Amino acid sequence: MKYTITKDPHEDERVQKIIEISGQNIFSCYQCGRCSSGCPMAEFMDVLPNQVFMFLQEGDVDTLLNAKTPWICAACFTCTVRCPVGLDLAAVMEAIRELQLRKNYDYVDPYKVEDREELPPIAMVSNFRKFTP
Amino acid sequence: MGKKVMFYPGCTLKGVAKNLEDSTVESARVLGYDLVELPGWTCCGAVYGLAQDSVKFTIANVRNLIKAQNFGKEIGDNRLLAVCSMCYNNLKRAHIDVMKNRDKLKTLDLFMDEEANYEGNINVMHYLQFLKNDVGMDKVAEMVKKPLKGLKVAPYYGCLLLRPDEVAIDDREDPHILEELFEILGAEVVDYPLKNECCGSYHTVDKKEIVGERTYKLVSVAKGMGADVIATSCPLCFFNLDKRQEIAKQKHSEFEHMPIVYFTQLMAIAFGLTSQDVLHFDKHYISPEEVLQKWL
Ligand code: SF4
Ligand code: SF4
Ligand code: SF4
Ligand code: SF4
Repeated sequence: MKYTITKDPHEDERVQKIIEISGQNIFSCYQCGRCSSGCPMAEFMDVLPNQVFMFLQEGDVDTLLNAKTPWICAACFTCTVRCPVGLDLAAVMEAIRELQLRKNYDYVDPYKVEDREELPPIAMVSNFRKFTP
Repeated sequence: MGKKVMFYPGCTLKGVAKNLEDSTVESARVLGYDLVELPGWTCCGAVYGLAQDSVKFTIANVRNLIKAQNFGKEIGDNRLLAVCSMCYNNLKRAHIDVMKNRDKLKTLDLFMDEEANYEGNINVMHYLQFLKNDVGMDKVAEMVKKPLKGLKVAPYYGCLLLRPDEVAIDDREDPHILEELFEILGAEVVDYPLKNECCGSYHTVDKKEIVGERTYKLVSVAKGMGADVIATSCPLCFFNLDKRQEIAKQKHSEFEHMPIVYFTQLMAIAFGLTSQDVLHFDKHYISPEEVLQKWL
């Protein structure tokens, strides 16, 4: 993959917003890959967890906003507890979702959910909290 | 009457997970404790908010903690028990969060005007921690009437009992609290390598195919290790591992079903509480009746 860094990511507004929402210094990731190796959802993702930091460090927020990955992460905190520099990737995934949800974006439309009758409240409450504004 | 301890059931236990609620309350009764439902509790919101600049997802939890603070004074006990992994995780994280970040607590106290301020002394505990640390496993052992001899159990912790570190009820990479309990109940414990791997969680609502794949893997591996049942404490893990076997079977014809149970149901059975008013096997998609027949 070839890309050009055109702008200092430290000055990118959306990168700053992600840092602010997640409370994580995304620049401290050194690409060890441990987050991706233990991620139970990695096989369903289009951008791997460590690549999320790579794109952020390059200021390429667009790729992340168009990726499926933040919506595939299950907030299981496996990466969070194993990261050698203590980065909370689950919170960064949440921040990327929040950038979109805060614009009143519904990733899931509660009215279109199938088998609503059989789903336990715990499933719907958690899903709508993660995927609706 | 047993000793009163506050209990936060959570909304799922009040309906689809009646089997978890009744087996928890009744097993505690056998051990000499009266789990009293926290008056006026509200849904906790299931997942903790990770956005640092918002307290939106902390409000309901702190409100519940304040209710526990009031009621705890009445009964003279500051412990608040939860058994649903998500409720436990959420309440505990909220408590730790506002204790660490006092400005958040201040914002919430101002926002929740009518309520008393949260003083921070509620001890949120998972039922397993309560069994191990307060009741004592020897006391549990004393109450076993029907040892589950020969039953092969795969203990399943999932995520939220173990992660993040600040709320872990045991070693997050190699927990043993469930194993210890099942051995005391007389069961044979299967060394289950996926015991702390996520089931796919809330994706079961809009991406159930993914959860079907997770379930396929989690159940097949347990089966391969010789397990008869998988035991969990979370109604979401339970639903995913139980109901989503339907999808696993559609996708993989060689897949073999396995019943899923709550650890509290096994405890109830070992204590001799075998009534369906406690066990509610009608709440299971794959019935555990046949596998557990010997002890019922
Ligand atoms: S584990 Fe941490 S340091 Fe390693 S790649 Fe992932 S985020 Fe970066
Ligand atoms: S929290 Fe998300 S990214 Fe991290 S391991 Fe779990 S599913 Fe993967
Ligand atoms: S975790 Fe779920 S079941 Fe428990 S109270 Fe919260 S939303 Fe309800
Ligand atoms: S429901 Fe799944 S995701 Fe949640 S705690 Fe249980 S294992 Fe983890």
